[in-house]
Amino acid sequence: MSFPWAEQYTPKHPVMQWVDEKLPLPRLVYNAVGAGYPVPRNLNYFWNFGVLAGLALVIQIVTGVIMAMHYGANDLVAFGTVEQTMRDVNAGWLMRYAHANGASFFFIVVYLHIFRGLYFGSYKAPREMVWLLGLVIFLLMMATAFMGYVLPWGQMSYWGAKVITGLFGAIPVVGEPIQTWLLGGFAPGNASLNRFFSLHFLLPFVIAGVIILHIWALHIPGSSNPTGVEVKGPQDTVPFHPYYTAKDGFGAGVFLIAFSILLFFAPNFLGHPDNYIEANPLSTPAHIVPEWYFWPFYAILRAFTVDFFFIPAKLLGVLAMFASILLLFFLPWLDTSPVRSGRYRPTFRKFWWILLGDVAVLGYCGGAPAAEPFVMISQIAAAYYFAHFLIILPLIARFEKPLPLPGSITEAVLATYGKTDGETAAVPAE
Amino acid sequence: MASVEQTDGTGPSGEDGVRRRDFINIAAVSFAGVGGVAVVLPLIDQMNPSADVLALASTEVDLSAIQPGQAIKTTFRSQPLFVRQLTAKEIAEADKVDPATLRDPQTLEERTVDGKKQWLVTMGVCTHLGCVPLGAGEGENRGEFGGYFCPCHGSSYDTAARIRKGPAPKNLEVPKYSFTSDTAILVG
Repeated sequence: MSFPWAEQYTPKHPVMQWVDEKLPLPRLVYNAVGAGYPVPRNLNYFWNFGVLAGLALVIQIVTGVIMAMHYGANDLVAFGTVEQTMRDVNAGWLMRYAHANGASFFFIVVYLHIFRGLYFGSYKAPREMVWLLGLVIFLLMMATAFMGYVLPWGQMSYWGAKVITGLFGAIPVVGEPIQTWLLGGFAPGNASLNRFFSLHFLLPFVIAGVIILHIWALHIPGSSNPTGVEVKGPQDTVPFHPYYTAKDGFGAGVFLIAFSILLFFAPNFLGHPDNYIEANPLSTPAHIVPEWYFWPFYAILRAFTVDFFFIPAKLLGVLAMFASILLLFFLPWLDTSPVRSGRYRPTFRKFWWILLGDVAVLGYCGGAPAAEPFVMISQIAAAYYFAHFLIILPLIARFEKPLPLPGSITEAVLATYGKTDGETAAVPAE
Repeated sequence: MASVEQTDGTGPSGEDGVRRRDFINIAAVSFAGVGGVAVVLPLIDQMNPSADVLALASTEVDLSAIQPGQAIKTTFRSQPLFVRQLTAKEIAEADKVDPATLRDPQTLEERTVDGKKQWLVTMGVCTHLGCVPLGAGEGENRGEFGGYFCPCHGSSYDTAARIRKGPAPKNLEVPKYSFTSDTAILVG
């Protein structure tokens, strides 16, 4: 699970020695996120986002469990209890705003974490399992966020639930029974609200479990790094603690400042005013949109407006939306280039930026009304998204001429930072 | 037992190495598997609509107060239901259209009960993404075809609530219903 030069856990205090014999939990922590885990010495700030995602999950679980203490999962009272939490419960407004904005920040750091992985080739062998488990976490997050958004039982909650479960209704033959089964009725109602609450409470703990697997799978080969060159010896690594606990601590401070700005000064900036109107099955909000973190996928869903032979447009949209995520499970085998990092892949790097722009465009269109020119832009952007993974990446891997790789992590580090000291060990690869 | 099994492992099994224990293994695992599946069924089925939800699955609607040209909005299976009495002009407009030119070809006759052509009963659920179309209430926008208009993505339905324009794939759904008297229907 670690490199042979990793520092060993040697408890000095007799109590800790006693604990270590009976249940070596402190040893496990020491080896996982302590000095016993050697990490490449050159990680940049983009490597903070895994820890920040973990921090966001902790914030969500703490505020969420507290919110559950004041919530009534019944369609007659749900909206009222959420408003009561906001107005009457001591610090209830803080808990709810932290929970709602915490979800957004969770997605922000996870998207940065994912795009970090895409740029630096973190999904490649031997870390495919890390990537796959990460995608499982992402899917669980999406399910959790969707169900959580239904709980305040406002207009957007209700109609979001209706539209999203309606997606399953697009599946031929079994679609409608599945939709009814998911909702426990013919439209969102008390049964739907209760099961969403139950699962919304459960899934974060499932996510925590998969995160443990994600970290376990990561620690078998060890962390990747910005050069993409594997660790070759003790000079390439530093102990996780105190080096990266300190670096992550700094990142956490920046994260919490940004979070606090939104939380305290613009808590409703990312929300929808319609969700402060209680759910009304007889009246639809003029503009139904999901939360911003679903917009790129919502744009792909709505990009299909024409039937294709016997497949209705609605079903095509649903299939494309699910495919856009499932596709990522095949990424480690679509990008066959042996060079990991975008730093040494000039062509790949350009297309990575285009992909980032493409997803941003999809996101913008997903939040815009379903009218021209947004529909056509979404169609082009959705087509490009699939082309990037299915056509462009495999082609780049074949034809790109990567830049020369540094001989080792240490060599790359000293080539950048070692020159002024007159380091003789620094021999640039070029 | 295990040690006995190991010492004479070839004993009772005979020719092809099949032991009595293999049979016991398969039988026990199969039994547990069938039992597991039997337990999963109610675990899944409990999510289907419960008896009280199904008990509300039919709705009686009184038509006596609806004048020609008027519509009411009520609920059926907790979703909006539109009941409209068409005027002679609206019926004529609906009949004028050649069904073959429609996205979801249906005539007004096919969408109403025999001899009660003026009563148009449809779900108030847009077939695109499930919004509630406008047009049943007094003074609401009825779209360019004079029926219903969905504000979400601009689907327009005609006086027979057939889709004419916009992204919706189907006509507004006509639920199963029957007249219990001249002025009342039972939906569902």
